[in-house]
Amino acid sequence: MKAIRKQVDKIKPNFEKGGKLFFLRSTFDAFETFLFVPNHVTKKGAHIRDSIDSKRTMIIVVLALLPAMFFGCWNIGYQHDIATGISGDIFSRFWLGFGKFFPILVVSYAVALGIEFAFAQFRGHEVNEGVLVTGFLIPLVMPPHIPLWMVALATAFAIIFGKEVFGGTGMNIYNPALLARAFVFFSYPTKISGVEPWVYLGDKVPLDGFSAATPLGNAGTGEFDKLASFWDGFIGTIPGSIGETSFVAIMLGAFILLVTGVGSWRIILSVFAGGALMAWIFNLIGANEYMTSVSPIMHLVFGGFAFGAVFMATDPVSASQTNTGKYIYGFLIGAFTILIRVVNPAYPEGMMLAILLMNTFAPLIDYYVVEANIKRRMKRIKLVKTEN
Amino acid sequence: MSVITKIKKGYDIKLQGEAIKKIIDKTDCRNYSIKPGDFKGIRPKLLVKEGDKVKAGTAIFFSKDNEKIQFTSPVSGEVVEILRGEKRVLLEIRIVADERIEYEDFSNKGVESLSREEIISLMLTSGLWPLIRQRPYARIANPDTAPKSVFISAFDSSPLAPDKNFTIEGQSKYFQSGLNVLSKLTSGKVHLNLKEESGTSKVFTEAKNVQINWFKGPHPAGNVGVQIHHLDPVNKGETVWYCYPEDVVIIGKLFSDGIYDPIKIIALTGSEIKDPAYLKVRAGVNLDCILNNNIKNDNIRVIGGNVLTGTKIHKNGFLGFYDNQITVIPEGDYFELFGWMSPGFNKFSFSKTFLNFFNKKNFNLDTNLHGGERPFIISGQYEKVFPFDIYPVFLLKACITQNIDKMEQLGIYEVAPEDFALCEVICTSKINSQDIIEKGIELMIKEMS
Repeated sequence: MKAIRKQVDKIKPNFEKGGKLFFLRSTFDAFETFLFVPNHVTKKGAHIRDSIDSKRTMIIVVLALLPAMFFGCWNIGYQHDIATGISGDIFSRFWLGFGKFFPILVVSYAVALGIEFAFAQFRGHEVNEGVLVTGFLIPLVMPPHIPLWMVALATAFAIIFGKEVFGGTGMNIYNPALLARAFVFFSYPTKISGVEPWVYLGDKVPLDGFSAATPLGNAGTGEFDKLASFWDGFIGTIPGSIGETSFVAIMLGAFILLVTGVGSWRIILSVFAGGALMAWIFNLIGANEYMTSVSPIMHLVFGGFAFGAVFMATDPVSASQTNTGKYIYGFLIGAFTILIRVVNPAYPEGMMLAILLMNTFAPLIDYYVVEANIKRRMKRIKLVKTEN
Repeated sequence: MSVITKIKKGYDIKLQGEAIKKIIDKTDCRNYSIKPGDFKGIRPKLLVKEGDKVKAGTAIFFSKDNEKIQFTSPVSGEVVEILRGEKRVLLEIRIVADERIEYEDFSNKGVESLSREEIISLMLTSGLWPLIRQRPYARIANPDTAPKSVFISAFDSSPLAPDKNFTIEGQSKYFQSGLNVLSKLTSGKVHLNLKEESGTSKVFTEAKNVQINWFKGPHPAGNVGVQIHHLDPVNKGETVWYCYPEDVVIIGKLFSDGIYDPIKIIALTGSEIKDPAYLKVRAGVNLDCILNNNIKNDNIRVIGGNVLTGTKIHKNGFLGFYDNQITVIPEGDYFELFGWMSPGFNKFSFSKTFLNFFNKKNFNLDTNLHGGERPFIISGQYEKVFPFDIYPVFLLKACITQNIDKMEQLGIYEVAPEDFALCEVICTSKINSQDIIEKGIELMIKEMS
């Protein structure tokens, strides 16, 4: 440890003001604080501080994402194998999937970190580690088959227009990772919807009669006989975006987020409650085959519902800030997701749009929650006055 | 009738170096200092010059904004040095004490036969008045207002805080006399707030002329702001005055014996103190005299007060006017390789992101910030340690944006920086909430006067 520290101290002056590498100051700083928790001491206020920092929070989220990532990589291989009739083992499937996933991750991180480093340098603040999570989330919400230049473009759009123009981490209105997905979704719809993008075939030819549609795709086009079973969705052996297919892997992540308190249980719980309730209501109405054929629990395990509820809706910056607001915010995300899936035939998946919509309304929800608090406290004055 | 109020939100930080229950007499220390900086928002006008002889209770300076409020010498002796800082700001008035302390004569007819005006005027001239503070703003009380009630928090819930049941022992005469004074200051109640636990001193439980309230729960249950919020909240235009038991004793002494004698028992605490104990001292005493040879290391921070709200003082500096505790902890100016990635078996954290749940020992914490400053990222964190019906982050943001209307609506009248201390400690983004609130209060005072 001492040796590394010595080395860092040796090169440090180059990056300080007046040094010849000053233009890389924020980059150096990011790497230095990555290696070492800095020696800064408290200057104002409380003299002792909690060991938690933004880096710790973000590494916990990345940790929580790992099960979904590992499963996602395996599933790319698995889907490839059943589409082409190959019987591979678990490792060959994983490596095949990892080979598709890793380049996307590298591109996403390179672009996201590059932009963040540049903005940090330009604005003179430290590099925010939120970008480590965003850069990891983006590949997980992309289809395995996405062209890398699209990932780069989408990431750049999300980081610049989703985050930096608002002032950087903590100031953004929309979840940047979802913005990246939305960018691809609206700019290159054929690459992220329909049948083609979900299964990686490589140079192989698919078997006759193989359909690579996601369960929600099937449901959207009315092919309810082809719908995957609940257990397929639960385990995750269905086509879909890389990280979203396995309910159980996502729940492992949810467990990590909830035990550490990094993810808001209020949001996760209410998203599921909202979704289940809405799907149940549609079941009761039963106006068409979609409403009757897809049960609430199937809605919750198919598509991006669980992934969105656990990793996207809980982004603390773009979600509601108040505890009461979180219930409303989460519930409406769940309800809108099912509403979009069932009622709007143009969008088989509603999670992304529901979260982005509620990101828009989160400040409004908070506004009314805080107003209620203000009114309650104003009332207190009147009560006191009438007593006298 | 007594009420028990349960405080659910909060957190007790368990530190090493609690004072053991013995009192060491340090009233024979010779060097003292009065620091105008202890009194927030006061613009001092000096009344003495170097070389002047003073008695205990002789006025040293007064407040330019309210000339009646005087600040007096804790001892008799000679003014040896007047320290000024940038722009001639008055920093310290240093006094070397006589061997035998002489007192200014404040003899009076006794509390019972004095009117409210006479009591206040005696407190102002004797230098006792600064002991009485007010909410809103946590400043020295404005003697021209009438408070709707007076609060005394008789327990300190902050880390390593002195046990007031211990420090008050044997002072029941002065304490009761002080309570009688306070009850004349308000037409409302005098609230004496105690902690629901065994071993509460009879000095408190048998006090008369007060309303006794019981509190239960973790820090900040002992903060007077929390207690006011739950029992008699401050609305716009209202004032509540407050002070602490050790202040009540000093007030009682003035009205019983006719002297200003700011002797109190403070706790000497912290992991870097060899022999943590209670000390009997006068306000403003030199730390050299009371710390000598009792510190383990060199790289330390001496804090006047507790680790949450105290002020950093030099180890040869002087005790603050309001301090009832000294805490000495290690400085944290070191690098930690991959500290943020480690499992953290022994790391202190309110969050559950470290595997520290097997650690049952008290923590030895230093002053390391444990990370870099960030904007507000995580939500819902402060609410867990902030037992007010107030949205802390929204109030902080109103202070940052200097939005007076919103600050007022969101509860600036009810809070003091100390109420945000725990929020500051547990904050992932390392935001200095206490400083933000202090600046907010300064802005309110400026704009509302």
